[in-house]
Amino acid sequence: MVVTRGFRGRSRQGSATRSRVPPGQYVTSDFPVLTAGPTQRTPLENWSLSIELGDRMLATWSWREFVMLPQSEVTTDIHCVTKWSKLDTRWRGVNFEDLLRAAGLRVAPAAFVMAHCDGGYTTNLPVADLVAGKAMVATHFDGLPLPPSHGGPARLLVPHLYFWKSAKWIRRIVFREHDGQGFWESLGYHIYGDPWREQRYDGDP
Amino acid sequence: MAKTIAFEVPDWRGHLAGQHIDLRLTAEDGYVAQRSFSLASPAGEDTIIETTVQRVDEGEVSPFLVDELRIGDQLELRGPIGGYFAWSPFGPGPLMLIGGGSGVVPLMSMLRTRCNARDDRPALLLYSSRSVEQILYRTELERLATTPGAPTIIHTLTRSAPPGWTGEQGRIDEAMLLRRGIAASHKPEIFVCGPTPFVEAVADHLLRLGHAEASIRTERFGPTGETA
Repeated sequence: MVVTRGFRGRSRQGSATRSRVPPGQYVTSDFPVLTAGPTQRTPLENWSLSIELGDRMLATWSWREFVMLPQSEVTTDIHCVTKWSKLDTRWRGVNFEDLLRAAGLRVAPAAFVMAHCDGGYTTNLPVADLVAGKAMVATHFDGLPLPPSHGGPARLLVPHLYFWKSAKWIRRIVFREHDGQGFWESLGYHIYGDPWREQRYDGDP
Repeated sequence: MAKTIAFEVPDWRGHLAGQHIDLRLTAEDGYVAQRSFSLASPAGEDTIIETTVQRVDEGEVSPFLVDELRIGDQLELRGPIGGYFAWSPFGPGPLMLIGGGSGVVPLMSMLRTRCNARDDRPALLLYSSRSVEQILYRTELERLATTPGAPTIIHTLTRSAPPGWTGEQGRIDEAMLLRRGIAASHKPEIFVCGPTPFVEAVADHLLRLGHAEASIRTERFGPTGETA
């Protein structure tokens, strides 16, 4: 441990909160916006979400079809690699497994996915991190439709990984046999991104 | 208030203009705070690197860096980080930099890098500050503007302008970008850095002016004004 001379720190949390905040993170009540480019604003009539395997289309939903799928709610903590964490965030959307069921799939057809988004953003995820209630395609935050700056109309929500994995403006979920690097993963960020192991950057254990 | 801080990093392996570092501060009881800071020093292998820190009054790390840090103190530092908001000289198009407040810091690295590389293709910095006193690197920017192949440097002031001010006034909007910016037809590489609402607004203006989405790279920081 290298002590920084004169640094005391201000925002120590109580132990109950501290146990919920991964190493190197601080708690904010704000909801910062981090995006590599302009905010995407896709009109709902042009929006669709599809599930694909390689180059084969397995299912696709228009916005009107998508909002008819079974809805789930979750209250969870989120952790951004830029060091902020936000506690007790409330989301609504379609559970990843409900999405598979709606596509007529009993199990996921491959072990990994690449999420593709409006604006060209991509991120890679193991299917094991999406099933068992761990992930959803979220359309509502705190009871309101998700605003474009936060990824609306729909974003991936995978709260147990750093938030860049919760891809904004998601449009295609493409299953694949092997893991690969998405946008940030190919630009020096960690391939998996577990905040509790502080897997921020490429090379972190 | 802002302060420029230089770090001597003996094993620094070099960086690109626009990249950042993580600073890690540890209190005696083991409490740790980490934050990211954009590098202002030019790209290259120099083992002295520099950032400029804007003091955020309610912040935890920036008041320490601005008020407490002394010459000779040691810090844990990691980097360089980030490969997207990064620029290298002699790229495909002219360079348009748009900064708000301390968002000018990584753009400064790009201008210094461009100057060191003697890249004299068109470049422009449009820099929004609240007042003259808030302008970072003002003297150096004035000097840069007189070098051969100088970038065009345009200041706009959003709160107050002194008598005789000849720069722009008011927030950057479509009209100002149209009047002073590089036209979309010239296909500039664009970097926008500043507080979140500033970047959101500027990026939207640029899209409406016909700039290609893929040509606009952004870095946002600070509060969004939302508390939800």
